[in-house]
Amino acid sequence: MLKRVHFPPSLLPYLLVAPQVAITLVFFIWPASQALYQSFLIEDAFGLSTEFVWFENFLALFEDPLYVETFWRTAYFSLAVAGLSMTLALLLAAFADRVVRGATFYRTLLIWPYAIAPVLAGALWVFMFNPTLGIVAWALDALGIDWNHKLNGSQAMLLVIMAAAWKQVAYNFLFYLAAMQSIPKSVIEAAAIDGAGPLRRFWTIIFPLISPTTFFLLVVNMVYAFFDTFGIIHAVTQGGPANATTILVYKVYNDGFVGLDLGSSAAQSVILMAIVIALTVVQFRFIEKRVEY
Amino acid sequence: MIENRPFLNILTHLVMIFGILMIAFPIWITFVAASHDPIRMTQVPLPLLPGDQFFVNMKNTLFGRGLSGTETAPVWLMMLNSLAMALSIAIGKIVISLLSAFAIVYFRFPFRMGFFWLIFITLMLPVEVRILPTFQVVADLGLLNSYVGLSLPLIASATATFMFRQVFLTIPDEMLESARIDGAGPMRFFWDILVPLSRTNIAALFVILFIYGWNQYLWPLLITTETDMTTIVMSIKQMLESAEQSPEWNIIMMTALLAMLPPILVVVLMQKLFVKGLTETDK
Repeated sequence: MLKRVHFPPSLLPYLLVAPQVAITLVFFIWPASQALYQSFLIEDAFGLSTEFVWFENFLALFEDPLYVETFWRTAYFSLAVAGLSMTLALLLAAFADRVVRGATFYRTLLIWPYAIAPVLAGALWVFMFNPTLGIVAWALDALGIDWNHKLNGSQAMLLVIMAAAWKQVAYNFLFYLAAMQSIPKSVIEAAAIDGAGPLRRFWTIIFPLISPTTFFLLVVNMVYAFFDTFGIIHAVTQGGPANATTILVYKVYNDGFVGLDLGSSAAQSVILMAIVIALTVVQFRFIEKRVEY
Repeated sequence: MIENRPFLNILTHLVMIFGILMIAFPIWITFVAASHDPIRMTQVPLPLLPGDQFFVNMKNTLFGRGLSGTETAPVWLMMLNSLAMALSIAIGKIVISLLSAFAIVYFRFPFRMGFFWLIFITLMLPVEVRILPTFQVVADLGLLNSYVGLSLPLIASATATFMFRQVFLTIPDEMLESARIDGAGPMRFFWDILVPLSRTNIAALFVILFIYGWNQYLWPLLITTETDMTTIVMSIKQMLESAEQSPEWNIIMMTALLAMLPPILVVVLMQKLFVKGLTETDK
């Protein structure tokens, strides 16, 4: 990781890393340690005195049925988002891989939702499903389905899952397509000569060979659903109705900035950090030794 | 193609077209909504084909007073704010990552690995998990409602540093040897050899980071309280809220369209760089 040849020692390298390290210390390490410290404190209702309470905030969280519920809801939400967007992306990539002419054209038209901010994706979907005006809500009404995500919790959940998955399809598609295009053609041709049809080739050759990509995307999508979907939920449902779409990140924000329960919010931040660290470690271990065949 | 299967070929194109329609439908609806007059946008069912008010709406949105009954900055100013934030995040990240990757790869100095791990940790601390304390730090430094406060806390980047480290490691050692024989100092070597050699990587990274910066939502939402500093992406939320009283969907959807246009243009026009940047930073 260090070059065999390098420059003689001097003060210069310290100056070079200084900006990055200064920003990291001031805006990352210090706030994170503050969060850790605050998670051990309880502040009284007027903010006048604080008390050091060790793990009481954490214990209170795990005894709080509302938090445990949020935890499972987040797991359900992120698995649904990852599952839906990855399945769609895999299907599209499998077909795009077959296209000889116009592949770039199709790719161009499929990748742009990646560029759209989550909150904008939320705004688009909430407009389509607006119970009084939205075009899709109107069509559903004509089919006899009464759509109102402002009152119906499971419909609200469905809406944020669809919006979140829609935005992520583009990303998954790009990675799946790249993985499929890197499979040597000779392998596929050999299978075809042996009489394997397209579907069989997909399940017995292509799908196993791209499993490292699937695993990588699963982790990335989980991280996306855990953190980046804040904008979608904030725009579409604000965590409602009756907390039906409140996920962990949204609860940290809501308890901290709206409810001003600093200790509990900090404890929730610390739990989230632990989750990110776990996911990052999983991702890096996987990159060290890829799933090989 | 392996074998000729006409049925499968037709199915392929059908699936692709269906996929594109599904992906593009929300954006099409946005475009249609942005091209009608306000009265048409209150009549159910809403139109599926564009109207003729597109440029009128665009003018009213960009330079108008915004939605009736709300105090907001003009949209052109929000777009400028977004641009300033996106550019300073992208350029800032690239500059500090280039410098620190250069130090870590080309110098041997005490605490080198310590610094490396310090930078690595930032990967595990996204804004969303440390919002409250970071907000306090920025408030204490008096950086609320400023471009510095908008961009500086998001600038540290482990992924960019890793990518440049990877690029520098592929540059042959002979480059450095010959540069040193010719009497070039470290900074000369950096400017005249390393930066030109990593030009495409810088460009690819810039595309990704520009989109990342432009699309920031939670952070600007917290630290801007003055209307003059709002970014266009965060203004959508306020508009959605006021839509309950005055549903001027043509203006709201035009704002949404303007907010997503710059990053979409970047992706579509620089597709090669975009794909390169995406696959290189995430692996």
